[in-house]
Amino acid sequence: MNEETKSAFYEQPHPYISLFIKMLTISAFTFGGGFVIISMMRRTFAQKLKWLEDQEVLDMTAIAQSAPGALGVNSAIIFGYQIAGLPGVAVSLTATVIPPLVILSVLAFFYQQFISDPIAQIVMQVLRAGVAAVIVDVVIDLASNVIKSKDILNLVLMITAFLALVVFKVSSLLIILAALVIGILPIGRKES
Amino acid sequence: MIYLQLFTTFFLIGLFSFGGGYAAMPWILSLVVEQRQWLTTAEHADLTAIAEMTPGPIGVNAATFVGTRMAGLPGAVICTLGCITPSLIIVLCLAFLYRKYRDLALMKQILTRLRPVVVALVASAGLTILKLALFGEGGSFADLRYVELGLFLLALLVLRNTKISSILVLLGSATLGTVIYLFF
Repeated sequence: MNEETKSAFYEQPHPYISLFIKMLTISAFTFGGGFVIISMMRRTFAQKLKWLEDQEVLDMTAIAQSAPGALGVNSAIIFGYQIAGLPGVAVSLTATVIPPLVILSVLAFFYQQFISDPIAQIVMQVLRAGVAAVIVDVVIDLASNVIKSKDILNLVLMITAFLALVVFKVSSLLIILAALVIGILPIGRKES
Repeated sequence: MIYLQLFTTFFLIGLFSFGGGYAAMPWILSLVVEQRQWLTTAEHADLTAIAEMTPGPIGVNAATFVGTRMAGLPGAVICTLGCITPSLIIVLCLAFLYRKYRDLALMKQILTRLRPVVVALVASAGLTILKLALFGEGGSFADLRYVELGLFLLALLVLRNTKISSILVLLGSATLGTVIYLFF
């Protein structure tokens, strides 16, 4: 962990309470699965609070994606760990699990009304536009970092992986494995 | 012992669902619906819709739903614990290895190649949701929804140019969109 970003967390007046509240709000307002949660965490923890660096966010996303289980849960675990060690994991995991636990245990009994409610359906449809904007915003930042790095192999990897995912529907796990292999092989290795 | 069964079933679901919450759905179908018969196929379809319509990780949503229906709040907690335990063990091991070895030359090299691929993963998830937002389920280009297109561009503009939190942007665009559909 970078010393500068580490101290940014502990300099907070109540670091753990603040981590708890951030994670709770992200989990409570994030619709549509893991990558939205990761995009929110990146904007909150890297861009605004500077508790983490962009590179760390990418590394942790890769780890969260490589392990089994819900992406939102995995990223809560690893973001918590990277920000504040094991206490951070306990805090961020609890905060992530509480909103769905409360909402779903109530909805389990009323879900028929909820699913068929016309307003709920409109809200769900229009929410997606905002969710897409959140992800696209993050992608613009991250992709322009890759382009600016002027590392041709990385640029090729990014474009190939995107095409493989979108056009050929290759599974994301396979793509991560392929990148691991390319990383291990002595291709394009910079001597430094 | 229903609690133990709920825990082990969701432990297995958590362990086998590689690739995020949606990957858990087929496992829920085979373990919860077909093997244990805790839900009907129709309820499973409903569950997929609810898990998507409510905030939070999809796997936890599904676990809570099944747990509540089977054994109330304790059931919900047990299922959620079952579903996050494999993640907790595996992710913590990986996190520990990452922190210990991230400065090794080989590890650095691997991470350098992983990062652009992760950008592609996020981008493809974004594209999927964007298509769903603009064209609906299985819609063609002729079905372009102008309201959603406007909301998307407006939200993106705000996110790019202000420091307003993404949650506020989400809530704002959802409110605006709902009002437009209800009153115009």
